[in-house]
Amino acid sequence: MEEFEPTIVAFVCNWCTYTAADLAGTSRLTYPKNVRLIRVMCTGMVDPQYVIKAFLEGADGVLISGCHPGDCHYINGNFKARRRIKLLKEILPQFGFDQERLRLTWIGASDGIQFAEIMQELVTQIKALGPSQAKLKMVI
Amino acid sequence: MAITAKIDVEEKDILESLRGFFRDILNVEEIKAVLVPQHLPMKNMVMPTLVTDLNQLDGVDPLAPAFPMNAAKIVSRLTRKPMGGKIAAALRPCEIRAFFELVKLKQGSTDELVLIGIDCLGAYQNNDYSRFVEQNGDQSTIKFYQNILSGKNGEIDGLNLAPACKACEYPVASNADILIGLYGIEVDSQILIQSQTNVGEDLLAQLNLSEINEPGIRQDTVADVIEKRVAYRDEMFGSTREVTDSLEKMTAYLASCVNCYNCRVACPVCYCKECVFVTDVFNHDPSRYLRWANRKGIIKMPTDTVFYHITRLAHMSTACVGCGQCSNACPNDIPVMELFRTVSQRTQEAFEYEAGRSLEEDPPLSVFREEEFPEVVGIN
Ligand code: SF4
Ligand code: SF4
Ligand code: FES
Repeated sequence: MEEFEPTIVAFVCNWCTYTAADLAGTSRLTYPKNVRLIRVMCTGMVDPQYVIKAFLEGADGVLISGCHPGDCHYINGNFKARRRIKLLKEILPQFGFDQERLRLTWIGASDGIQFAEIMQELVTQIKALGPSQAKLKMVI
Repeated sequence: MAITAKIDVEEKDILESLRGFFRDILNVEEIKAVLVPQHLPMKNMVMPTLVTDLNQLDGVDPLAPAFPMNAAKIVSRLTRKPMGGKIAAALRPCEIRAFFELVKLKQGSTDELVLIGIDCLGAYQNNDYSRFVEQNGDQSTIKFYQNILSGKNGEIDGLNLAPACKACEYPVASNADILIGLYGIEVDSQILIQSQTNVGEDLLAQLNLSEINEPGIRQDTVADVIEKRVAYRDEMFGSTREVTDSLEKMTAYLASCVNCYNCRVACPVCYCKECVFVTDVFNHDPSRYLRWANRKGIIKMPTDTVFYHITRLAHMSTACVGCGQCSNACPNDIPVMELFRTVSQRTQEAFEYEAGRSLEEDPPLSVFREEEFPEVVGIN
């Protein structure tokens, strides 16, 4: 059987995690191609509906990653994001989504190496969870 | 000091006493209007009415088992800007709680408002109420309140209370200005009137009611009602979880949903002025449907049904008061309330929040603390 390759949708903030990803790239670090980055201005603009949509479209994992507490360029967007993640981690498991499929991390602009490592680790973990139910079933 | 008083009931006619009470309130100089549920001359439906004329209160009936809409939305409409006078609004506890949620979202104000919370006896779903009135005519409301206040469960002529009411653990308002008490009261001769705030106390002081002590049996009676409701509710949570705990089951649960969005129109706490689901964001380009269909070979039309419901849950479940208007509004009899209450129970618990409990508590998604929820951060 072919090895399961998960699809991970990552919403990353322009100022920190996206910059870290860029740094990883220019430093020629590699990370798994399973992760699809979506650049947003701040984690505080990630409406829960984006996350829900990603899961219903078959994403095996969703990551939201932004600046460390205190570093958000819009002051507190990341704190708001954290509450929304908490909310989604209460809601999604009620419909059978393992809460481990949804992750939140802080990766600062200069953490290129850490970015690559975290992506690697994330892919390993999501792989272990197997394919998401939305991938296999028709969703109305 | 809070005022506890009574109004007398003549010839066992509670409704007439309540009408008298509302007339007295409207008679108070500073009260410019009362908002009360009233039988409309046509068809016997009971709707909220805004009344300024003392002679237009003859059809007042806050006890009819009719709950065509959650009036929190009406009160919000009346108070979103200064109205130029004070109004007194007679509401069910779930209407007050929903209104509190709207006030916290700056979609209403209590500045020119006296909230009157009536002990809620419950209601039938819309269709059932129509049948009930057809069968019982003028006697409908009397038959209903006698049933409930004698400790029965509202089952009359094969009709049952709406599931939302059976599962509601807030039959008595705790945050009104004035409370009208019926449970545990000798309603053949009197009705309990109590102030719950200073605003309520000021108004009651002008009515010269005879003060009494709250009958000891009232708290026990209320506790009894709540205990039964909680038992029903917890069973409902269990059975709803069982049929919704995977995507496949949710798909079956929502199979007859036609994305009409009536449930969110009827929901008092769906607060967005414009719901994203009715904007152009969801007016997809026709070619996209083909692309989507191509992926799995089939898509159900209209699309985004589960997406809509889970998104609505994410947006408003921390504010859900369990009023059941969503189920009432569904043309296809989907048990929407059951789903929303079940999920809300967990989301409200997660933030130690209870929708509508107090104006002092901020809606959980409108605030944050710098140190909280460390368990949701990181990948290990
Ligand atoms: S979701 Fe349903 S039960 Fe909850 S507040 Fe809205 S209409 Fe009432
Ligand atoms: S009212 Fe019923 S059919 Fe309409 S969107 Fe809500 S659940 Fe679906
Ligand atoms: S700008 Fe990076 S999280 Fe707000």
